[in-house]
Amino acid sequence: MSDNKSKTSELSRRGFIKVGAAALTAASMPMFFVKDAWAAKDFRNNPGTAGSVKFGFNVPQSGAYADEGADELRAYKLAVEHINGVGDGGMLNTMKPLSLKGNGILGKKVEFVTGDTQTKSDAARASAKRMIEKDGVIMVTGGSSSGVAVAVQGLCQEMGIIFMAGLTHSNDTTGKDKRRYGFRHFFNAYMSGAALGPVLKKEMGTERKAYHLTADYTWGWTQEESIKNTTEGLGWKTTATVKTPVGAGDFSQYITPVLNSGADVLILNHYGKDMINSLTQAVQFGLRDKQVNGKNFEIIVPLFSRLMAQGAGENIKGILGTTNWNWALEDEGSKAFVKSFGAKYGQPPSMAAHTTYVQALLYANACEAAGSFYPPEVIKQLEGFKFDGMGNGPTEYRAEDHQCFKDVLVVRGNDKPTSQFDLLKVEQVVPRSQVEYDAKIFGGELGPYEV
Amino acid sequence: MDAIFLQILNGLDKGGAYALIALGLTLVFGTLGVVNFAHGALFMLGAFCAVTLQKILTISQKVRDESITFFEAYKEQPYLEIWFGDFGTKIIDWSVPISILLAIPIMLLIGLAMERGLIRHFYKRPHADQILVTFGLAIVLQEIIRSFFGANPIPTPAPDIVAGSAQIGVLLGLGESVVYPWWRIIYLLFSGLVIFLVFAFLQFTTFGMVVRAGMHDRETVGLLGIDVEHKFTIVFGIGAVVAGLAGVMYAPILPPDYHMGMDFLVLSFVVVVVGGMGSLGGAVAAGFLLGLLQSFASMNEIKAILPGIDQIIIYLVAVVIILVRPRGLMGRKGVMED
Repeated sequence: MSDNKSKTSELSRRGFIKVGAAALTAASMPMFFVKDAWAAKDFRNNPGTAGSVKFGFNVPQSGAYADEGADELRAYKLAVEHINGVGDGGMLNTMKPLSLKGNGILGKKVEFVTGDTQTKSDAARASAKRMIEKDGVIMVTGGSSSGVAVAVQGLCQEMGIIFMAGLTHSNDTTGKDKRRYGFRHFFNAYMSGAALGPVLKKEMGTERKAYHLTADYTWGWTQEESIKNTTEGLGWKTTATVKTPVGAGDFSQYITPVLNSGADVLILNHYGKDMINSLTQAVQFGLRDKQVNGKNFEIIVPLFSRLMAQGAGENIKGILGTTNWNWALEDEGSKAFVKSFGAKYGQPPSMAAHTTYVQALLYANACEAAGSFYPPEVIKQLEGFKFDGMGNGPTEYRAEDHQCFKDVLVVRGNDKPTSQFDLLKVEQVVPRSQVEYDAKIFGGELGPYEV
Repeated sequence: MDAIFLQILNGLDKGGAYALIALGLTLVFGTLGVVNFAHGALFMLGAFCAVTLQKILTISQKVRDESITFFEAYKEQPYLEIWFGDFGTKIIDWSVPISILLAIPIMLLIGLAMERGLIRHFYKRPHADQILVTFGLAIVLQEIIRSFFGANPIPTPAPDIVAGSAQIGVLLGLGESVVYPWWRIIYLLFSGLVIFLVFAFLQFTTFGMVVRAGMHDRETVGLLGIDVEHKFTIVFGIGAVVAGLAGVMYAPILPPDYHMGMDFLVLSFVVVVVGGMGSLGGAVAAGFLLGLLQSFASMNEIKAILPGIDQIIIYLVAVVIILVRPRGLMGRKGVMED
């Protein structure tokens, strides 16, 4: 006992600070294991003890993509209902693993505000800023353009608010412009190229000459590059790559040079209205009835959507492309979502509706799993998150670039639609392994967790 | 050679559309002195006459779609097809040409209502006020169309018989690759016909003579006891009809959407300025000139030397012409110079 006493008396002087530090550390240890332990740490738009939390749906409500925006908004409203425990639950019945309990997020009801991106980067940023600063949203989501996604993502990183991107297909969104606070569920141009490659080889062979018409902005450039790399990898030659202004309307002056260029494939790196117009006009110029180099002339539209197919009408029939998701898929998640959406709105959801619905659910689920709305904790939950039952098979939010990796659909404009919605036929479900790539190839830095 | 021929044809075809829109615009400006920024909206409304008639002709019986089991979906079969079989299908197929008949009275009424209801109150106001009110009107009109028809383009195809392209290369002894869509050839001929009719109307009718006289000297014509204002109201209606017809015929080329008028508005003003404010001949000449230049500037050979020239050529030419000939190609002295 006396030995012990003398030892204690020696330590009390020399080790006072050490003991104090150890005691503090020990006292703080439970913080790492207790839910909401970080709640004490303040962050922008922290809901604190409020009974509700607000999402910001930033979608194009006017301009060329207003129809896509309207469908995104329908999906978001459905997602909010399901998160709050209203309705049949949709994909919450099929999502695995699931932390949400159908009573909001961490017991707080979800509310929302909407903004109009107008499909313009500056308008989208202003709208997101207003939602963050004035409406106090905890998360911003939506959009139907890569230009918008990159702009809003940058803003959200600066303001410490998580951005769950909507419809954006440029490699840059999760490549050179990726951000720690930005997440994309939608697939990208690289994946479209990788998915299309084998199908093109099988259908059109290895000796083709391709002519690209490309929308002159970030998405068009990256898609052209990805598809060109794929087709040249097959042995195809690239006759020309021509940039066209966004919203050109009449593309005839760009199509006439195709006629005697020697090319036997036209690749339209256009989306939305531009794609509808360029495809309609290419068909009017008789390109699909043409024979060049002893082969049938072919048109490819690497990125398709049902809403675009509607606008292109008859001209889309037989044209190959890729899509992120289609309402006719037979998996349980897709069926549950289509059933909920169809019952509420009388029409099946578009791929824009699907990706935005899934994004809202994924964010909510990550908060529930993290036990907090504190963005760095939610980000860590989403990074590397593996899930299933949401319409695309087993999916992973890759931690390195915040890009979702999942199966990609190769589709063809349906020759014999059985209904007004049956415009795209799924030709092939390309497995995730075929469209995967090293995150380093597109560069970029995610940036810090704490901002 | 084939490539150049195709670009000439393309330029003329584009020019036809530009000339037709600019003709109506300059007709209104030359007579009423109004800078009508709603003229593009009239073009769009014309295209939507074709869309509306197509929608009316395809009013359908809804039958439960049994292939969709997740929710209640319906298949649609047009009543015209149910009642008249193949003949009904033919009528639907010909909806665009038929809609010309619908567009003429509708566009005339819209033009008259626009002039009497709104624009005449701005004759004595500065041009800036006229621009603001007509631009506002254009936005209102396009938002009304969006609320009824949505934002996405609506396919409005030409009749099947002219849906393909003509082998004009074979006809003219050029290469087989020289093909051109039938409908665009029809559009070119149609725009030529409308331009001819407008000029003939102004040149060879008493009404036209009065209008031309009024364009030169409104006051003197008024002093002769002629109700110039009444005549000019009708001219506004004619301008609306010309823009509307340009829109109807353009529907198969560019699936109409609510914004298509705005896309053409700036371009048509450039055409009018290059042609000379108030000069009908100038508007037509400038329309074809700019159409041809735009077409040639889009050739890969030209773009290889001057990248991006296709996107600025029209404005570049406008700057040069205004610098060299401030009144435009055929502008008259005293117009817009007060």
